[in-house]
Amino acid sequence: MTDLITAPTRAKAPRRRPVGPRRNNVWIHLVLSIGAVVMMFPFVWQILMSLSTNAEVQSVTPHLWPEKIQWGNYAEVFRQLPFLDQLRTSVVITVIRVLGQIAFCTLAGYAFARMHFRGKNLVLGAVLSILMVPSQVYLLPQYQIIKDLGLLGTMTGLLLPGLFSAFGTFLMRTAFLALPSELEEAARLDGANPFQVFWHVMLPLIRPSISVLAITSTLWSWNELLWPLVVTTNSDDMPLSAGLATLINDRTVNYPIVLAASLLATAPVLILFIVLQRRVIDGLATSGLK
Amino acid sequence: MSSVTSPPRGAAPATTARKRGLRRDGFWPWLFVAPLVGGVAVFFLWPIVQTAWFSLTEFGVFGGTTFTGLDNYQALFQNGDLYKSIGNTLIYTVITLFNVPIAVVVASLLNTPGLRGAAVYRVLYFLPYVAMPTAVAMVWRIIFNGDFGVLNYVLGWFGIDGPYWISTPGAAIVAVSIVGLWSLIGFSVIVLGAGLKQIPPDLYEAAELDGASRLRQFRSITVPLLTPSIAFLSIVSVIQGFQMFDLLYAVLGTTNMNPTVFDSMSIVYLFYQAGFVTNEKGMAAAIAMVVLVLVALATVVQFRLQKKWVHLD
Repeated sequence: MTDLITAPTRAKAPRRRPVGPRRNNVWIHLVLSIGAVVMMFPFVWQILMSLSTNAEVQSVTPHLWPEKIQWGNYAEVFRQLPFLDQLRTSVVITVIRVLGQIAFCTLAGYAFARMHFRGKNLVLGAVLSILMVPSQVYLLPQYQIIKDLGLLGTMTGLLLPGLFSAFGTFLMRTAFLALPSELEEAARLDGANPFQVFWHVMLPLIRPSISVLAITSTLWSWNELLWPLVVTTNSDDMPLSAGLATLINDRTVNYPIVLAASLLATAPVLILFIVLQRRVIDGLATSGLK
Repeated sequence: MSSVTSPPRGAAPATTARKRGLRRDGFWPWLFVAPLVGGVAVFFLWPIVQTAWFSLTEFGVFGGTTFTGLDNYQALFQNGDLYKSIGNTLIYTVITLFNVPIAVVVASLLNTPGLRGAAVYRVLYFLPYVAMPTAVAMVWRIIFNGDFGVLNYVLGWFGIDGPYWISTPGAAIVAVSIVGLWSLIGFSVIVLGAGLKQIPPDLYEAAELDGASRLRQFRSITVPLLTPSIAFLSIVSVIQGFQMFDLLYAVLGTTNMNPTVFDSMSIVYLFYQAGFVTNEKGMAAAIAMVVLVLVALATVVQFRLQKKWVHLD
């Protein structure tokens, strides 16, 4: 595609021109790749160290390459740590939160964007005001509620407050506001009730925005630390983010195994991102423009 | 919108529309917003009110609260920990803010017309932003290790004797800030990339014809036209910086293992410590209110300053 576009212009352009940019591009590539190496170094180091022995990790002259690749470290992760339990917790709370946020935020976003009701602006203002409040301000009472409900250390307690998102509502409202009203009016004239209009006509049209919401809430839920740290005490009940953090404070565990566990824990999101990168990048880019 | 500019004319249609809307939508809108608004009210709005109240009370050991007025705030402001933690939070915020200028350079290099592999670079720079902070913290701990860390090894080539990063009070917060900086660059590159797409290419062509160098074009076209994105990123970056917790907790560990944490605490770490480790909930609530005020202040100041330097067309 790019060759089709650039080839004719290159042929037509005076000889001097293509040389200039190309010579500059060498410098640009040099700068960008040095930056990329710096950015990737921790990941590369993490992979190499996760395949080394504990002694190699702690040797004063760094071992770039492990003497003998220790694949066994990855098996030890499952043997020595409650990794599978924590993985399951992470997956379950993330999936339920993402589905919950999509359901609640699209419904509310649609009503806020497309319907008329008394006190709408007041309610919307109240919901959006949370966006400006740091999470610590509601953390203590949230903990108290979960404790009073007897949900400390449970999956429900872990995922409950994260089902509701002011950011998600804002995102969905913006998406619905941008849609034309003709389709909606036509459906209404045909006798569809508001839910049918929402479900059959409007919801399919904001699919790209829904995937942005799904991606951001996945990231946030998967990586979240403070809430799980607060509502769980037993490492078997924790999601991976909190499980790894407490592991770091345990001096008895050996480095390569913790590194292997860390890689396994962050890999799902990294892979998800690499697969969906166009979506993620476009989504985040537009969220930054507003 | 129209009701703002011309109240008499705008107001009448607005009310009739609303009346029509009421008849048309009936109870439906409430059905749509109820689950979200209910959840938000229970888990966010009411808790905000409660925290404000908690900050004026003391929690009894066996439950129950006593109203103590401003005692928590008084104790907080007399305690040096608050100022230390605010200082650390500021150091962290300032260092991580450097992600924006770095990202401006990276994004504008990536924007070079016909550059191959731009998408690959973008992914590589972005991966640190998506990686779980507690998962990358472990490898950073090893990189920063004073005895066998690769960072000090490399510094050794230049004859620099690196400190025990994680257990030296001043160095620890710098170490955490470097990790924070590293994780934010990618996000900024992407937001700025979108901003760059908005700049009409003929501006550059015109500048080229006028004989402006690339550096000159960068200074006179790229940077001024990117100021809205730059402003957005600095606000986001400052708000996140003020709420820093994850990296500090994950890179430095807890106080019972690493005594430096006391000296390197961020204000949110102080909150966590009071609320969930030493169980002074009233005090923790007061700290939360201080965070709220600081974030609000920082945001207002930035919005004010923005008017001075952000280019709007």
